Amino acid sequence: MGRLPMAEPQRVRVKTMMPPGHIRTPAYLRGKTGWIERQLGPFGNPEQLAYGLPGEKLTLYRVRFIMAEVWGDQAERPEDTLDAEIYEHWLEPA
Amino acid sequence: MPHDHHDHDHLSPSGHLYRPDNDEPLSYWQTMEIAVRELLIEKGVSTAAEINAQIDAMDARSPADGAQVVARAWTDPAFRDRLLADGSDACREMGFDIGALKLIAVENTNDVHNVIVCTLCSCYPRNLLGLAPDWYKSREYRSRTVKEPRKVLSEFGVTLPDHVQVRVHDSTADMRYVVIPARPAGTDGWSVEKLAQLVTRDSMIGTGLAKTP
Repeated sequence: MGRLPMAEPQRVRVKTMMPPGHIRTPAYLRGKTGWIERQLGPFGNPEQLAYGLPGEKLTLYRVRFIMAEVWGDQAERPEDTLDAEIYEHWLEPA
Repeated sequence: MPHDHHDHDHLSPSGHLYRPDNDEPLSYWQTMEIAVRELLIEKGVSTAAEINAQIDAMDARSPADGAQVVARAWTDPAFRDRLLADGSDACREMGFDIGALKLIAVENTNDVHNVIVCTLCSCYPRNLLGLAPDWYKSREYRSRTVKEPRKVLSEFGVTLPDHVQVRVHDSTADMRYVVIPARPAGTDGWSVEKLAQLVTRDSMIGTGLAKTP
């Protein structure tokens, strides 16, 4: 996913892939759907930088999730939110 | 005999309580840090004086710097807007040497309470606030804050009104976060210096509130 027009909240899903290595996408958010709070960057891909490789420049997104989406029935308060920074190659339109 | 040591194994030969020191062997990572530091100096990449100067600069940073930023935001609406738009630029504007820190400021209001955590490691805006408290780096804080933030907050003594929404921020990548706590009631007309005294480290992590007068 590249840079997006930010006219309205864009819904995105975090990909469910489980690659090895230095990954900055928390496992508890994989497969979860949220919306883009703002976009940041570009920043070098940490999955490459961590191994001394030149990091491909990627857009970084702050994605906001509601707790009900992240934790299901176990959510402490379903309407509370959680924001995390996710790189573009981990996101797909939802 | 006053110094008969088989009776006094817990005392030093001079008869004082034995005080534990750095008695354990170096850990793997301590050895690695020393080796890398010595190599950097040996190869002329850095000098011992430069490394010490960086340690001094980091030790000089403290939550008092963040408190100045928050107090200014409370009293200067245009600065508050700039802080929310670009946290790093606003801190630099106040003269703080924050290096490469990329800061996002999030604001507590009557309806929203923000709290910061880093589940993957221990990301913290140390270039503004100094080193993180040990509990911030604990697995317990990191894992529970994203799952049951209200319970965690209550253990810090923060009980929020029922209508307040909690926003947890997981610092997963390049940005660092500071909370602008809500300005306490009863502080109308206070100076920036006096207001800054109310801003605690925990209030800027979101695990506390600003002190009330």
